[in-house]
Parts: sequence; C-alpha cells; structure tokens
Amino acid sequence: MAAPETKIILKHADNEGYDNSIDCYMKHGGYEVLKKALKSKPEDLVQEVIDSQVRGRGGAGFPAGTKWKFIDYKSGKPVYLICNADESEPGTFKDRQIMYKDPHQLIEGMMITAFATKCKLAFIYIRGEMFNGARILERAIAEAREKGFVGDNIGGSGYSCDIIVHRGAGAYICGEETGLIASLEGRRAYPKIKPPYFPAVMGLYDCPTIVNNVETLCHVKHIVDIGGKEFAKIGTPNNTGTRIWCVSGDVQKPGYFEYPCGAITLGELIYDVCGGLYPGRALKAVIPGGSSAKVLRADERYQGKLRDGTEFDWSINDVPLDFDSIAACGSMSGSGAIMIMDDTRDMVEALANINSFYAHESCGQCTPCREGSLWMKKITNRMIHGKARKEDADLLYEISKQIEGRTICAFGEACAWPTMSFVSKFKEEFEAKAEGDDAPKGEASQSKKDSDYSLI
Amino acid sequence: MVTVNIDGKDIQVPKGMNIIEAAKLAGKEIPHYCYHEKLSIAGNCRMCLIEMGMVQKDRETGKVITDDEGKPQVRWMPKPAIGCGTNASDGMHIKTNSETAKNCQNGVMEFLLINHPLDCPICDQAGECRLQEFATDYGRGYSRFVEKKVVKPKRTVLGPRVTLDDERCILCSRCIRFCKEIVDDDVLGFVDRGSYSTLTCYPGKKLENNYSLNTVDICPVGALTSTDFRFKMRVWFLKRTKSICTESSVGVNTTVFSREGQIYRITPRQNDEVNDTWMSDSGRALYKEVEAENRLRRFQCKGSSISSSEALIRFKEIVATGETAYVGSSHMSVEEQYLLKKLTELHKGPVYWLQHIEEGDGLLISSDRTPNMRGALLTGLIDNLPGDDLKALGQKIDAGDIKNLVVYHEDVLKAGLTEEQIKKVNVLYLGTHVNETSKRALIEIPTLTAFEKSGSFINQQFRLQKFSQAIPGPAGILPDINVLTRIITLLMGSDDTVTSLDLIWQRMKEEIKEFSEVSFRGMPETGVLLDKSRFEHIKFPEGKTLHYEPKNR
Amino acid sequence: MDLTKETLEKIEKLVPRYPTKRSAVLPLLHLVQEEKGHISNETIEWIAQKLELEPINVYELISFYPMLRDKPIGKKHVKVCRTLSCALKGSYKLCKKLEKELNCEVGKTSEDGNFTLEFVECIASCGTAPVVQVNEELHEGVIPDKAGEFAQKVREGV
Repeated sequence: MAAPETKIILKHADNEGYDNSIDCYMKHGGYEVLKKALKSKPEDLVQEVIDSQVRGRGGAGFPAGTKWKFIDYKSGKPVYLICNADESEPGTFKDRQIMYKDPHQLIEGMMITAFATKCKLAFIYIRGEMFNGARILERAIAEAREKGFVGDNIGGSGYSCDIIVHRGAGAYICGEETGLIASLEGRRAYPKIKPPYFPAVMGLYDCPTIVNNVETLCHVKHIVDIGGKEFAKIGTPNNTGTRIWCVSGDVQKPGYFEYPCGAITLGELIYDVCGGLYPGRALKAVIPGGSSAKVLRADERYQGKLRDGTEFDWSINDVPLDFDSIAACGSMSGSGAIMIMDDTRDMVEALANINSFYAHESCGQCTPCREGSLWMKKITNRMIHGKARKEDADLLYEISKQIEGRTICAFGEACAWPTMSFVSKFKEEFEAKAEGDDAPKGEASQSKKDSDYSLI
Repeated sequence: MVTVNIDGKDIQVPKGMNIIEAAKLAGKEIPHYCYHEKLSIAGNCRMCLIEMGMVQKDRETGKVITDDEGKPQVRWMPKPAIGCGTNASDGMHIKTNSETAKNCQNGVMEFLLINHPLDCPICDQAGECRLQEFATDYGRGYSRFVEKKVVKPKRTVLGPRVTLDDERCILCSRCIRFCKEIVDDDVLGFVDRGSYSTLTCYPGKKLENNYSLNTVDICPVGALTSTDFRFKMRVWFLKRTKSICTESSVGVNTTVFSREGQIYRITPRQNDEVNDTWMSDSGRALYKEVEAENRLRRFQCKGSSISSSEALIRFKEIVATGETAYVGSSHMSVEEQYLLKKLTELHKGPVYWLQHIEEGDGLLISSDRTPNMRGALLTGLIDNLPGDDLKALGQKIDAGDIKNLVVYHEDVLKAGLTEEQIKKVNVLYLGTHVNETSKRALIEIPTLTAFEKSGSFINQQFRLQKFSQAIPGPAGILPDINVLTRIITLLMGSDDTVTSLDLIWQRMKEEIKEFSEVSFRGMPETGVLLDKSRFEHIKFPEGKTLHYEPKNR
Repeated sequence: MDLTKETLEKIEKLVPRYPTKRSAVLPLLHLVQEEKGHISNETIEWIAQKLELEPINVYELISFYPMLRDKPIGKKHVKVCRTLSCALKGSYKLCKKLEKELNCEVGKTSEDGNFTLEFVECIASCGTAPVVQVNEELHEGVIPDKAGEFAQKVREGV
C-alpha cells in the first residue's frame, strides 16, 4: 500500500480557504524564511543548498548547488537569476499548480536564491499561454514589493533585487536554458553552443546567469528553512527532497502528487494512488519523465546495479520513483511527468504523436535535429496511414542514433530518445505495420481511426 | 604554443586556435559549412564533429599519467565535439577520422541532403559546391529518404545583385553573420521554424549594400547566387588568374575567371594583410570596362586609323618638335610609370598629375580611387600629393610655353583645361577608353586594361602587389610597356624594341632604393611591404579601411 | 502608430525595466497584439524604431513564436491540445467534432469570423486531459462526448 503524500511544496496549495494573496501566505508563516536568510551570509546559504544535494526539477536533474558554484563572480559582470516557468514538456503540469495557487512560495524562494547568489535582477519566464498565471505572479510581486520583500532594500537588508515577469510566446525550445536566455534577449530562441556559453559564465547579455526550475526554487526556501543537512534526510542519498509527480494517460485518477524521492514505487502510484487502469486493461508502456524520456515496457524485467553497488531486479511496478532508479532502468525521471499507456494503444501511433510534437518545436538551428526530427515525423506519419515498409523500424532507429549527442542542445536527445526507445522496445509492432497489420494487440482494441480514443 | 595530438601525431599550434585551423596545419581537412575564419562561431551545421579528449593529469603532481608503454592516458569525451567551437589547449587529443567521426560526418551529410533539391544540373555552384565535395568525401553514398521534400520559394530576388534559392539553403547563417559583423548592415534573417526556416529580408528592404556579393562567395551551396553570373558559365571551364582590383588604393586581391578571352566574373582572393576574403561589388563590376562601348581599339592620327608602328613614329616626331608637358595617371602600373619617367628624363618637360578623391567607405574602398599613386612617388614622377586640377598647366599653355601635351589615361578637360587651351597644343593621348580629351587628340594610342597585361601596383600600405594578365587585349593593341619603350628607343635613335617586365625590374632594382631587395618573380602572394620613410612627410588622403590606419594628422 | 493611451503607457513603463532595449521586444509584441489582434508590418516597423532595431530583427520573431500572428483571427480562439496525454483521452476526436460544431476548419478562421480553431501542442494541464484553451480561459476535461455542450459554451458571447 502506498504511503500518503508528503506535501512540502504543495502543503497549502489545495487546502480549503487558501488563496494566492500575500495576506494568506503570511498568515501561514510566509516570508519568515526570507527574513532569516537575509541575516545569513550568502556563501552560507549556497553551502546549505549544496549540502541538501537538491537536484534540478526541470528535467536535467543537475545538482542546483553545484550549478550555483559555477557562477563567475571574477568577471565583475552583474549576475542574473531566471526562473524557468516555461512548462512545456508534454505530461508536465506541476509548475502550473505552484504558480497559480501558491505564487508567493516561488517569490520567496527566488528572493532567497537571488540574495544567496548576489543577483542584480531576476526574471520569471512564464509560458505565453498562461495568461492568468502571469497576472497572478505580477499581482503577487506587487504585493510583495509593497511589503518590502521584493525590490529596493529588501527587508531593510540593503540588498535590492527586482523581479520581472516575462511572457513567452509558445515555443517549447524556450524551456532550454540557453534558448530561454536568447528569447529573453529578444532574439529567436536559438540555444547557444556550450562551450563557451555556459549560463553560469556567459548567460543573459553574456553575464553570469542562474536558470532554475520553479519547483527547484521553491525547494530552496525549504532548504534554508530546515537546513541543508536536514533536507538531505528527506528522500534517499543523492535523490533528496520531495518531488511532484504528474500522472496522466490511461489511469482512472490522473493528477499531481508530492512524495519524497524513492518513497513510492511506480506500481503503487499507478494502482494505489491513481486508481489503476480502466477495467479490463493491462499496463503496456510507461513514459516516466515527460515525452523526452525513454519509454519503459510494462512486461519487461529491469535488472542491474545501482550507483552504490546494490543489485536490483524489478518488474515495472517495483521501480522506485526518484532520479537514479529510473535512470538505472534505462530512462530518466526528467520533469517527473509519468504518462501511462495500456494495451489498447498502438505504439506506432503514440510515437507518431510524439514525433509530430518534436518536429513542430524544433528551432531549426542545427542540422541533425532540424532535418532528423521532421524526417522521423514523416516516417511515423506514413506508417500510421498504412504505407509502412519493413525497413522503417531500423531506419527510424538509425536516424535517432544519428541525432543523439550531435546537436547543440539537449533537444536532440529529447527528440531522439522517444523514437529510439519505442522502436527498440516495441519492434514487433513497428515491423507488423509493414504487413498491413493496423490493429494493436490486446483485447479491448479501441485505438481505431474513428474511435473516441484514436490517436490519428 | 601548445602541443595537440591530431590522429596520433603531435603538432605545435598557437594556444586557443580552433581545431579546424589546427587540423589544417597538420594537413588534415575537417569538413565544415558554417565556420568561416573571418566570422563569429555559429556551430550549427555540426559537420565538423570530431572526437576530443584530454590527457589525464595526476591531481596532485600535475604530471601526465601514462600507460605501460609510456603513452599518455587520454580521457575521451563521451559526446563528439565541434571542431570550430573547440580551442586548442595543451594535451588535447583529436580524432578526425575515427569510426565515430566518420559516422557523424555520414549522418550530418545525410541530413543535409534529405531536403536538398536535385538542382545540380542547373545550379551555378556545381563544381565549387561544398555539398557536392563533402558528399563525395564524407557522405554515405546512397539515400534512404523516400518522403516528400520541403518546398520553399525558389527565385527570390534579395537585392539588385543577389538571387536566393531557399530550398538549397542549408541554414548555415554565414550570410547573416557577414552582413551583421563585417558590413554592419543587419538586413538578413531567418523566418519560420525548424526545417521550414527560410532566409529572407524584411519585406521592402533589400540586400543592396556594396558588399552583397560576398555573401554569394561565402555561401557554401548554390542558395545565394550572383544575378550577373547566373547561368552564364560552368566554373570548371574557367581559368583563374590572380589580379589586383583597380577601384581604389586599397589594392584588393582578386581572382579573375575567364574563358577563351572573355571574363565572366571576379571574386576576392584571400590576403589577410589587405582585404581578408572580401571585396566590394563595384570592384567586381569593373571587368565590364573591357568590352565597354567606348573602348579605344585603334591607333589613330587625326581621326583616321594607322598602323601601330606608324603611330609611334609620328608620336616621336611630334614630341621632338618642341616643349612637351606630360599628364600621367595613377592607374598606370609601377613598370609603366618607371618608363614614363625615363621618357620625361629623355625629352624633358613638366610632369603634371591628378588625384581622384572621393569619400571612402571605411571598409575596402579608400578615398583615393586610383590603385597606384604611390608608384608615381617611388618612380620619381611626383614628389608630393597631386593636385585636383590642371590650372597651372593651363596657365603655361596660355603663356605659350607648351607645344605638345602627352595625356596618359586622364581627361584634362574635366580637370580644368579649357577648349581653347587644348586647341593650342598637340594632344597625344594614350588610354583605354574614349573621352573628351581623346576625341580632340592628334594621336590616339589604345592601351590595355589591368586585366589584359601584367605588372604591379603599390597600395595605400606601400605594399607592392603583382597582377597577372587574364585575357588577351583587343587585336593589335600593344602592351603599355612596349609602347613606352618603343617611344623611348625611337627618341634615342635606336631600333631596339625588346622589353620585358624582368628587364624593367632589373633596372628598377638598381635605380630605386626601395626596390633594391625586391624579387619580382619571387614575391610572396601577400605582396611586399616597401620602405616608406622617404615619404613620411606626406599627408596621405586615405582614411581608415579594413587593414589601414592613417597616421595621426 | 495608432495605439490606446493605456497601451502606450504600459509600453513606456515596460521598456526601461529591461537592461537592454531589445529584451522588451517580445512583451511589446504581446501588448500590441492584445490590442490590435495581430501584428502588422506597421507594428513591426514601429517597434523596431522604438527599440533601435532593424525591422528584420522583429520580423524574424513573428513566425518563430506560434502565439504571434500576422493575420487577424476570429473572436474566439479555440486551441485544442493534440499532444500525447490529451490525445490518449480523445482530443483528436474532439477536434473533429468541434470542426463540425463551430463550422470551422482546423487551422483556419470560420467564415463568419467568429472562431479560429487550432490544434496546438501541450498546454501543460495533462492531468485534466483533454484540455481546450478558449482565448485566455482553460477548459479541462473536455471529452469528445461533451463536444456539443462545449461548443455551445464557446458560441456564447460571440
């Protein structure tokens, strides 16, 4: 039986009577941690975050403290903080909950981060489609400014930092940190080559910049509140803190749930928390970290060794939900978006849907991703419309291998991994398409062209 | 200097040099499209992917860790790195032709070709197309693409001299970077996204700056083409000749492309000391003067054609009759100016010179619109900056002191002489084109343009640069050095007609001290910087251009 | 450039907040598009002049960002999400039904100018799939069976 949720970030968000005003936030102890942080030394705050071992919640899972240590203060250039609120990874909808329901938590986390990293100016880059979210954040910042928590001379400390809410305009690539920086600079969101454009050294306006996800910045508040080492006790070594997992797809009760890393397994989440699959269906595939993550096949056995040497032998239901375990199974936890597919789903159609997404969102700067993503989309589209050939499965796999690792930014991996994993794990379906076999395997075969659940 | 190991061999390169250049020093080619040594790094074509590794050093001692055989242990990066974005540092190891590197090249090549139209039979770039070359050398050799290709606009007129074919464009962004960084005319950009990205100008604006054709040079494929050269000739039929642009005293190095006596186009030649890899559009158009309507083609006396030998004899006879003034030109080559000097010494008379000053553009067109004013200084024809007009000469004519006027390549009426003054003298005109002076000349001697003869110019940096003959001149026209030598020998009373550039240079080396160490035949490609100390006092008119800084006035 | 006083005031307040003028280009485009409905060439030139850019610098952005449009749209902008989670819950069927209900081809504006129907990428509310965004409002759980009821709601206020 699954453990109950441990709500730290979403402690108040869905509670009855809680609203997103500053009065409500302060009634629940809001901005006390900021006041405490302002009395500490910035270096000590950075050390707390390093001690907490917290990893980025945006998708890459890079330790936030380590990222902060890379900031180039020697250059003398101003340091900028950017909150990456461009939540566009398919399957992810956790940042929306934080921003709409508890925006002050984010603002407090940002101001603590800004103080700790000595930032001159902070930005929140929010998705263009979140009109109301931008308004809520603007209002919250105005409220905080009035109370002296944002802007000049914060809390009387002498430190000043303002927050600008900057709306994006519908490009997924703006979620990539250097693409975001380019978009903030007013250009086309073309990611930059690294080296030399590491954001901590040469970021926004070629100045040192910190780019962190919404959830990560909220964790900073809690880290400073209870201390880095205490925070590190939540979760498991190297996978500290809680994570908000977003579940969507073929489950009865999709939604978002906050658990410490490793505290719950995939099976517990699907069956105990999300009400399981629909009657008469069996689990077929799980994408554990947003559509960019490699798919996990439900009837496969996952075996190997974890980082600390312990061996594991799991069915898909046994996989604990954290960074390292999912990585050990050959995928990644990414943004924490778990997409469930049952046995009525045609994997080729699912992949076609994902490939269309990446072909549309590719920025077009570098050759492999620009041409490869569109090529893969055209192949899978052709396959689901009845013109598949025998060699298409291998061709798709080879194209994805030609993109992975050869691009300017991680979008190359993001568009290559779905194809790579779908084709290698469900090869029989891809090859069956060439024999004119349109129907997926499984009893309640619903994924036909005119059904309610068609993906075509 | 640092030591970099490329494909197993160590080589010394300057620290920070990018790997593509370092590999060139090692004799290896790393294929690339978007990298250009004079532009910023874009890193978007991904063709130059190579395997990169660093030697492992002991953390405490800093010494290189070696294996049993004494070879340094290398930690190879898990992902391939781009050569243009990687800077050489000590202990770096590079593999340019390993399995991984070859796989990367095959892969990128395949991706570039899947949406590329099958235009080779009608594309101007064929024969000098990097897509063709690298597909042969680094491509897989067969296509696996069976879908429909992306369709884009095919004949966009970007500007008066440049035509764009968007389907061929590989989105390397060289043209955008060039316009922004070198010319500071930010007029090109990409619209749309992904594989549908298209190069364009803002509607209503054009790519019309005076350096727009450089984008055609640097475009690695046939997307940007020169409207003038479009469909005219296949490049493998064209002969390449090294020349110097005569537009201004910058002395831009050029390559003249010709076939069977006809010039088809001019492109810049790399000279990092003078013009990098660029030249102006107006300089390229100068080849049209060869076939211009008003080209002087016949030796004439009082308007009727005569033979060349007769013309030169009459020339000498007229000159010998009385006081002769000379108006020379900064368009003459150094060798011709030397011979003119000899003529003026043999048959003494005042020498006048004109300057042609217009506003420079700060890049590759200087304010002095002649290629060889300094040649006249070194050969002693003038000892200071020439004037704007010939009023002094006019006064002498009015005073009756001048009987004959030898005019070389100038229009004296435009320069201040009046019709009456011209009528008072015998005008002996040497030049390439008809003008108001030549129409009133007693004797007209046609000469060759810089494309039809060889010689040298001295540019604003006091750099001596050679140019070679690309095409033969119109039938019957003699090279300038032959004409001048013949006039001199006629005046001396000898029948000797032999001359050559080598003979002239032998004498120049003895007589002009700045040339004493120069070898005309053995001159380096980038030219020879001459000693300008004799002219330090002169306030030269040129302002700043790409590789020239004027001395403080 | 014919803009309301309110919009102009917002613009004047916004531009100096950014460390460089160029950074303000996207917010400015949003503000003008919200008032005028789309971005015309006149807008591009006005913004370029205001921020000391070349028109091409602004023109490049219009076709890069899907939310910026260079043509006017219908009164109600109906965006149905097509990405995996919503597709699994029937957003494809939903979109086809809405095409019929609103008499509007997907990707285009209806003849009467009332609706623009678009099949867009993930709107980040996958837990309540299928989702449809109408102008600024997000509608969750719009399953294909509810298409008629939903279309009725959309038609209201047109």
